[in-house]
Amino acid sequence: MRQFDELGARERCTAVSLITKGRRPTFGREIFFSCLAVLAFLLVSGARAQTKNTCLDCHSVLDPPLGVKAEQFAQDIHAQKGLTCVSCHGGDPATEDPVQAMSRSAGFRGKINRSQIPGFCSRCHSDGSYMRQFNPSLRTDQYAQYLTSVHGKRLARGDTKVAVCTDCHGVHDLRPARDARSRVHALNIAETCSRCHASAEYMKGYSIPTDQFASYSASVHHDALVVRGDLSAPTCTTCHGNHGAAPPGVASVEFVCSRCHVFQAQLFDQSPHKAVFAAMGLPACVTCHSNHRILRPTDAMIGTAKESVCLNCHSTGDPGFVAAEEIHRQLISLEEALVRADQVLNRAESSGMEVSQARLDQGQARDALTKARVTIHAFQVPRVAEDISAGLKVAEQTHQAGVKALAERDYRRRGLAVSLITILVVLIGLRLYIRRLEASKPTP
Amino acid sequence: MLARVRDWLDQRFGWAELIAPLKKKTVPVHRFSYWYFLGGITLFLFFIQVGTGILLLLYYRASANEAFESVQYIMTQVQFGWLVRSIHSWAANLMILSAFLHMFSVLFLRAYRKPRELTWVSGMVLLALALGFGFSGYLLPWNTLAFFATKVGTEVAGQIPLVGRWLVIFLRGGEEVTGATLTRFFGFHVALLPGITTIFLALHLLLVQRFGISVPPSIEKEWQTPGGGAREIRFFPNFLLRELMAWYVALGVLGVLAALLPWELGTKADPFAPAPAGIKPEWYFMFMFQTLKIIPAKIGFLDGELLGVLFFAAAGLLWVLLPFFDSEGRGRAQRWILGAGIFALTYIAGMTAYAYLVK
Repeated sequence: MRQFDELGARERCTAVSLITKGRRPTFGREIFFSCLAVLAFLLVSGARAQTKNTCLDCHSVLDPPLGVKAEQFAQDIHAQKGLTCVSCHGGDPATEDPVQAMSRSAGFRGKINRSQIPGFCSRCHSDGSYMRQFNPSLRTDQYAQYLTSVHGKRLARGDTKVAVCTDCHGVHDLRPARDARSRVHALNIAETCSRCHASAEYMKGYSIPTDQFASYSASVHHDALVVRGDLSAPTCTTCHGNHGAAPPGVASVEFVCSRCHVFQAQLFDQSPHKAVFAAMGLPACVTCHSNHRILRPTDAMIGTAKESVCLNCHSTGDPGFVAAEEIHRQLISLEEALVRADQVLNRAESSGMEVSQARLDQGQARDALTKARVTIHAFQVPRVAEDISAGLKVAEQTHQAGVKALAERDYRRRGLAVSLITILVVLIGLRLYIRRLEASKPTP
Repeated sequence: MLARVRDWLDQRFGWAELIAPLKKKTVPVHRFSYWYFLGGITLFLFFIQVGTGILLLLYYRASANEAFESVQYIMTQVQFGWLVRSIHSWAANLMILSAFLHMFSVLFLRAYRKPRELTWVSGMVLLALALGFGFSGYLLPWNTLAFFATKVGTEVAGQIPLVGRWLVIFLRGGEEVTGATLTRFFGFHVALLPGITTIFLALHLLLVQRFGISVPPSIEKEWQTPGGGAREIRFFPNFLLRELMAWYVALGVLGVLAALLPWELGTKADPFAPAPAGIKPEWYFMFMFQTLKIIPAKIGFLDGELLGVLFFAAAGLLWVLLPFFDSEGRGRAQRWILGAGIFALTYIAGMTAYAYLVK
């Protein structure tokens, strides 16, 4: 039979893991002597052994879930701040005796029970004075928030399927949220949440839909965040909160959206819809724009065409129907005026005419249209008309500038034709004069 | 009236005596005579540059804050400002094109040969000055393309050994292309270069008048054969009237280009913006720009770009001294010069086309 020290590192660790699980390996005596040998070696190596982290000697060669790659842990923010395995798991990393290293007497805690993870992490992360030494600006209320979250509440009731710290942040390879490789980086959060929330199998029994991720992926917010790389664009946690994650209630949806869409929210508060929605128990923004699948709004959303969301509540002839029709007509009138002006300016520009000032002014008209599209949230026709008429005035001026540039182009071309004819006449005259001159005075 | 003015001038300055050589002066006529017009067309376009340049000066403001806006004002608000600016820009390009063609026609017709070596050298100096006008004038509208092209162009000057860094600072008026560079380039464009050009232009014209117009060797031989006598016309008025016709044709071409393809202004330069894609110099620098672009970063232990700059400097110097390698009875040297001319023309045309066709 082979001695313990003749075994490979992997076999030795397997043996130790079997011992710690209470199962006797087939070569027990050899292990005992080997442990003595290890102890002797530790005595010889003295102080050097005190600085060693022997945990990784074994765990770096084990398979998951016990395996932890040394290079993986080196990337962990905790490792980078000087924490080691013992900081969470306890034990004695200085001894090469696996049994001693993972003994209760050495304070070994082993794997943290899932239901205890939030509380366990909070031992440090809720301690402001401790955390300050690593990152003074880091918040320390994550655990308190977690307890208010749906996840936290369900965990307290014994549901261990809900997310705990490690589900989102990972384990042994935790990175700061600002690191693009982190599971909780803005670009990755939706995917992290979707690992549970998009799984119909996992979410069975929770009676909530599992299409949020698919819907969000089709939304304008996802487009802004992932496609355009705008990290300020919203992801799951922006609306639901992160540690205190919970669905915003009907009453608070407006406040969630208004954190970014300030003007729309203010205008909505002044609109006739505000009171009606509240009375009907309809959430403010979501009723028209939906929640996760928030598509890029179009002018067709307001009005009386079949794509209009107004028709969900209003019917032909009622005041809301008439107002929606009028607002849509006004938006379209400015949009068409802008297109008309653009066409003329494009033609002038492609003819080489200088129309940059008109182009700049055209931007103002576009801004007026954008403003009108915001103003519609007040659902008051005169207010929209005010913005539209300001835009129409500028669009008319830019259109005129384009028409004038085209007229100028034609004038130049006529001038060119006259000049060329004059030059041709002079050339013919000169040629005839030279011929006559040389006929009367032959060259020497 | 004209006779009275002539008499008045004659009594005071001996006008008749002054213009007597012009009346006697003749110009040879043969199948290559049309190439003679290129020098005159270049001169005509230069005069147009001076005239339109003076008009632009009435409104142009040479500062980073105002240059772009002032050109925009000229093009949109000033009566016929667009025409003046467009003609100035197009005439600049046509002048350089016609100067290049003039140079190659002189080379291939061997008009540089003794005693006209210094006419060639003064012409080369004028071509270099014209390129200087182009380079300095390109920046003056202070638009994005010109700003970054000037940045790249002045960086190339920095490759010159020993004086490179000093030259860059001298050209830019500092470490970077800024408003100081614009003011400096404006000074070069409207004061320094015109002053030097006037001197060399006078010298060039004086030498042309002194030595007359060269007859290509092949034509000389033909004229020496029995029955193949020399054909000449009077310079004044016969040749001058023909030259006038060429100038009118050039004016027509210029009018068509200026009216149908007005010179673009682009967008105002933003020194803090990243360089946009497709930064390129004017077409007449393109062959050098493209060469420096495709040259490997390192050739042996030497910097590729430095080698490129040194190559062009050496080639330019040899080009200026070309007439001194040519002499009658040295057929081998003449063939080498002809070969160098064909190679240079092919290289410049090929590399320029390559630069525009290959992105």
